[in-house]
Amino acid sequence: MKMRSLATALLILGSLLSSGCVSTLASIQDIEPWVKPYERSNLADPIMSANRNPIALAYVKHVFEAREGARGADGGAGGGCGCN
Amino acid sequence: MAVQGAVVVVTKSRWLLLVVIACVSTASSGAVLPQDRSDAMYHSYSGDGVTIDGPSVLLRKKVGNNVSVSANYYVDTISGASIDVRAQASEYQEERTETTVGGDFLHNKTLINVSYTNSSENDFEANSYHLGISQDFFGDLTTLSLSYSRGDDEIRRRGDESFLEEANRQKFGVGLTQVVTKSLIVGVNAENVSDEGYLNNPYRAIRYLDEDSARGFSFTTEVYPTTRVSNAFSINANYYLPYRASIYGNARYYTDTWGIRATNAKVGYIHTIGDEWILDAHVRFYQQDQADFYRDLFTRADEFNIMARDKELSTYSGVSAGVGVTYEWAFSAASYLKKSTLNFEYDYMNFDYDNFRDATDDAPVGEEALFGFSANVIRAYVSVWY
Repeated sequence: MKMRSLATALLILGSLLSSGCVSTLASIQDIEPWVKPYERSNLADPIMSANRNPIALAYVKHVFEAREGARGADGGAGGGCGCN
Repeated sequence: MAVQGAVVVVTKSRWLLLVVIACVSTASSGAVLPQDRSDAMYHSYSGDGVTIDGPSVLLRKKVGNNVSVSANYYVDTISGASIDVRAQASEYQEERTETTVGGDFLHNKTLINVSYTNSSENDFEANSYHLGISQDFFGDLTTLSLSYSRGDDEIRRRGDESFLEEANRQKFGVGLTQVVTKSLIVGVNAENVSDEGYLNNPYRAIRYLDEDSARGFSFTTEVYPTTRVSNAFSINANYYLPYRASIYGNARYYTDTWGIRATNAKVGYIHTIGDEWILDAHVRFYQQDQADFYRDLFTRADEFNIMARDKELSTYSGVSAGVGVTYEWAFSAASYLKKSTLNFEYDYMNFDYDNFRDATDDAPVGEEALFGFSANVIRAYVSVWY
């Protein structure tokens, strides 16, 4: 049941992803960004990235997964400012 | 019946993913491919009488404007004897190699990631497949990510040629990253993981009272449930300080059908000196409550249908603290290479168990000292961008 609930949530979120699938989102896509592209130099700095060094992050994640009972939801979605 | 239900869910999930991919492919917004870079790392974990170390190499390169491919080769060389091995006197040494190949595809500025991983040991073989989709929208201030992974394991046991078990795993993840201000990024993640099959470690055992044994107890094979479903929810934030430094933190809540509840939280600070040096310091706390079927000491070998004594299923807490230093330099504009970094990271970890006792302790059965250990974890690596 939990997986079905999650599948439903994924379907809704998948729809929200796309301006092509949900026409009402087309206008939302046009929202004026309150942080302008030229104001994103701080965000683009590598020290603001949760995944600055993927090779080390993957290793640390592996170590904690081996030593702890908990798992999952420990990776960032990444990006956010359209910049590397 | 449970298997039938799982098949239905799997079928629906695949259909769902096709719908998501179809919808996303028509959207348009900002997204970028990962940068071209290569990393070579030496890693080491040393604690509880065990040393695990080895190399890891990660290569990534763009192919044209819309594709980036990557490959990772990773080795764990394991030696020594942990508390489980010391208590049962069955020392072993082994090696695990893990190979991952993947691709990132930029289509109408939507980023799609696929990868395949093989993990191989002399008694364990795992293959897993990953699909991820991320999309920036709201003027590239918001990133929504969906992911699905599936893994199939084959478990064997040394010294028992007839032993062969299987397990399969599925993961569904959803993540949202939001630019809040020009100095603050906040993210939330949720992940559902479901396992089915043989979920034991075939070498670990339960401890039970045995008057015929000189120590007063004996060991026998654990019996695990054949399914496990977990949900984890996390939040993270990065804040840029005015003098090119940042603070960051994350917290996670975890629960599963085995009865484990866990929370962890981490805070860190990154400081820069000039353009060359990046320094990082962080601390992390972890706490969990035991699985329903965990006991340190059972009254007899067949006390329950489901029994485990994995210390990772007990009630315990852990704290770790670490530092990292990065030295960076840029190459000349004429060079094929853009920049490079040397990195060294160290973490000290400590775990204290509330109901897992040291069975090697010379004390009356059931009154041994509670177990605890510390570990040193090192990552040393060089990275090159091109």
